[in-house]
Amino acid sequence: MAKAYTPGLKVAASTAYQAHRVLPIPGTLRVAAGDVVEADTIVAETFMDGDITPLNVANLLSAQPGDIPQLMLKQEGDAVEKDEPIARNKGVFGMFKSECKAPASGTLETISKATGQVMIRGESIPVQVKAFLPGKVTEVLPEEGVVIENQVTLIQGIFGVGGETSGPIAMACDRHDQRLEASMVDESMQGAIVVGGARVTSEAIARAREVGVAAVVSGGIDDADLKDILGYDLGVAITGTERIGLTVIITEGFGDISMARRTHDLLKARSGDSASVNGATQIRAGVMRPEILIPVGDAGVSDSTGSTESGVLELGTPVRVIRDPYFGLIGTVASLPEAPQVLGSGSKSRVLEVSLETGEVVTVPRANVELIET
Amino acid sequence: MSAQTPINPDSVNVILATDCGSTTTKAIMIERVDGVYRQTHRGEAPTTVEEPFANVTVGVINALTEIQEVSGRRLIDDDGVIIRPASGDEGCDIYISTSSAGGGLQMMVAGVVREMTAASAKRAALGAGAIVMDTIAANDRRRPHEQIQRIRELRPDMVLISGGTDGGDTKKVTEIAELIAPAKPRPRFGKSYELPIIFAGNTDARPEIDRVFGSGGFDLKITDNLRPSLEREHLGPARDMIHDVFLEHVMAHAPGYDTLMSITDAPIMPTPGAVGDILQTIARGRGINAVGVDIGGATTDVFSVFDGTFNRTVSANLGMSYSISNVCAEATMPSILRWVHIDMNERELRNRVKNKMIRPTTIPQSLEALIFEQAVAREALRLAYLQHKEFATTLKGVQQQRTVGDTFSQESGGETIVDNMKLDLLVASGGVLSHAPRMHQTAMLLIDAFEPEGITELAKDSIFMMPHLGVLSSVHPRAAMEVFERDCLIYLGTCVAPKGSGKPGRPCFSWSLDSGARGSGELAFGEITVVELGEDETAELEAKPARGFDLGAGPGKTVSRTVRGGTVGLILDARGRELSLPEDPEHCRQAVSGVIDAVDLYPEAVPPGEGSAD
Repeated sequence: MAKAYTPGLKVAASTAYQAHRVLPIPGTLRVAAGDVVEADTIVAETFMDGDITPLNVANLLSAQPGDIPQLMLKQEGDAVEKDEPIARNKGVFGMFKSECKAPASGTLETISKATGQVMIRGESIPVQVKAFLPGKVTEVLPEEGVVIENQVTLIQGIFGVGGETSGPIAMACDRHDQRLEASMVDESMQGAIVVGGARVTSEAIARAREVGVAAVVSGGIDDADLKDILGYDLGVAITGTERIGLTVIITEGFGDISMARRTHDLLKARSGDSASVNGATQIRAGVMRPEILIPVGDAGVSDSTGSTESGVLELGTPVRVIRDPYFGLIGTVASLPEAPQVLGSGSKSRVLEVSLETGEVVTVPRANVELIET
Repeated sequence: MSAQTPINPDSVNVILATDCGSTTTKAIMIERVDGVYRQTHRGEAPTTVEEPFANVTVGVINALTEIQEVSGRRLIDDDGVIIRPASGDEGCDIYISTSSAGGGLQMMVAGVVREMTAASAKRAALGAGAIVMDTIAANDRRRPHEQIQRIRELRPDMVLISGGTDGGDTKKVTEIAELIAPAKPRPRFGKSYELPIIFAGNTDARPEIDRVFGSGGFDLKITDNLRPSLEREHLGPARDMIHDVFLEHVMAHAPGYDTLMSITDAPIMPTPGAVGDILQTIARGRGINAVGVDIGGATTDVFSVFDGTFNRTVSANLGMSYSISNVCAEATMPSILRWVHIDMNERELRNRVKNKMIRPTTIPQSLEALIFEQAVAREALRLAYLQHKEFATTLKGVQQQRTVGDTFSQESGGETIVDNMKLDLLVASGGVLSHAPRMHQTAMLLIDAFEPEGITELAKDSIFMMPHLGVLSSVHPRAAMEVFERDCLIYLGTCVAPKGSGKPGRPCFSWSLDSGARGSGELAFGEITVVELGEDETAELEAKPARGFDLGAGPGKTVSRTVRGGTVGLILDARGRELSLPEDPEHCRQAVSGVIDAVDLYPEAVPPGEGSAD
């Protein structure tokens, strides 16, 4: 689900989406091209080599490594049970023999004459890949996985924590600039994708976790609240594997910031519909942003109104300022001066003038805006 | 022109070099002008390793096309091929490249004893330009199954195994190999890739290593032991083998690199490896000790050459955008804010840090934002240098003959070889240092973070040209040296800073330039001042430290030296070493404000309200 980094996040009412669902290692496919799948359909599975448990038998039996093969009760390839004797020394005059027991169940994989070390390979670990996105299997990648396609409402967030989940959209905030508080989350939202407005508080997330919400989507979050939720200060934005009981997706950024009106309106229009969301974020080469996918199906959402993916900055283009001192403010491009200008910091940079919603016109470095669709 | 054909240095007039970074491919053109090699034009374009292009050469050609446009010299023909050799106003004679695209070279290293063979293996990998994902050792405090679990999680490009001195015990290193083989670390480049294993350990263990990895799924390469005896580290063959494997395997699996490799006139090098090479060339050539630092968005690399010994460290999560939040977590906000002399709201700053992390390409617009970013940079650099000092040590485990005089010293090997008093040249590169609006800011970032002692030249890499010159030094050393001296480095000036501590206001050192003709004076402890000394100028400095202070000749002893000027000049720093700021926040702020005023660090006052419009 990785996307190349673009200066704008994709927000589209209806767009064709392809979900690449592949196994980490080769395996077996459970669906065929043309099949229609649900979010929780298993599309491919495989078995990974089981865990390895090493055991230095030579040390345990006080024997020379070279003698170990003769002392083994089990041979390479044999199945062993936990606590089953696998080696025994000769003792003294046949007495006082000591044994070495298997520390884990599995298969005895190797016996080393050089080190006296044996390796026990545990049961294979099943790995399953679910469809995640309901839709049609359009392509089969033999032994690897499938491509599932559907027409969806697509919203990319800026940052998320927690992995893949799904559920119906439930609106907690009626307005895009309304803070998501704990009191707005109730039992009816169990299993749902709860949509807030502006900043979500740590209390609201705690409440959501309590009632069993699948995911929370809101405009902003405070750094201190994120630290509360995770239990540590996040150093690098590579997320998706957190086990915090739910997925959290932030659409705009950190601090008191409202969700873009259009994003909120889109989610509101799809209230009650089933969505697939993934909080995984990776901000390094090969950027990955969190995503909310709501299959359009028969919902009757009008066809694409265009996406906000990277485009050309032109006069009138709607933009969001993404750095202080105007962080989070929305406006349109008022002018694009050619020559670089000296900023307040003393640096020279190419800039643009943004006419803010308040009517004020401000000058901002071009690097500090991203495109949006209002 | 076929790749890597012998080059006649005398016939080379035009050189093109690229550095394919994770996000940007930077190209430079070097031309022979009046018999001297100079860097004349530059171009850059986004790197195209990722989809939709998935071909690194597209970005290379785009960057070279930009040079073509600005220089007016035709470099690319109609088929998109680099024109070689140069003739008239067309083409080039040499094309070379470095690469760190796609996350660079990622390695796992292993050894028997963490402080000895494993440390040597890590040094070899870092010196070759790799990111070391983890170091496995018999005594790394993890139990064998935990080590195996860790190996299974990693996805390295290759593994370097060392262990045992030649003729010594073979069992321990075989045990390490026996942990790695069944763990089957999955390579980054997918299932068809046979994971290269480089063995550079006890030569007697080779048959066992062969047996352990012979079962398939690995490509075993064997080279000389990198620690043939405890007293000797021999990293060259392992480093060369890493480079070979990097080219044969890693690069060959990266999108478009097969084409790129076929058009370069020298093997492609990992970017940091090339930077290390040029720094060593310079240190050797001038007979000096040097430290180089490259602070990026995600990582900070520190390179040092002291008494001919080269070391490199990568601080993987100390950077100014992707990793900025980690810098704040590791350094803590109070440590960062001690460098800030104006009021800032901590909660707001924390949110700003996170916003920079998730939108890494933004730049500081207000002076307030710049001051904060430079405070973070000081701490990132300070932490990276600390890590470097801890790593760059004398060999551990070496038996030393001790005399009666040594009886009371605690030294037993493993001390850092980084000595700030012996440091002659400190070179800065990376966005926050290279793009600081004022050279004074770059100089003070270096001084505050590295705390050079005695007399130290400060310079910055003008346009991050060191990687290009590192590769060039392998095919045309003269061109590399000439460009390095004339175009690569911008000299900021020289820092004069005595070691020692005293009471504020008490004498620290007196100085005179050219016997007073260019100025003289006295500095009290805690003061700092800048004396003008232009870019191409030198002067004779005589400096006499007060009792208890040392400028390199011993406490209280006068030092006379020719000093080099620069864009900033001569920085006379009497704040003492180690540098310590007052604990009390108000006193700290006054001290920092004093330095900022004395050096004229931020000449513009922060406009009212700026930085608080969130």
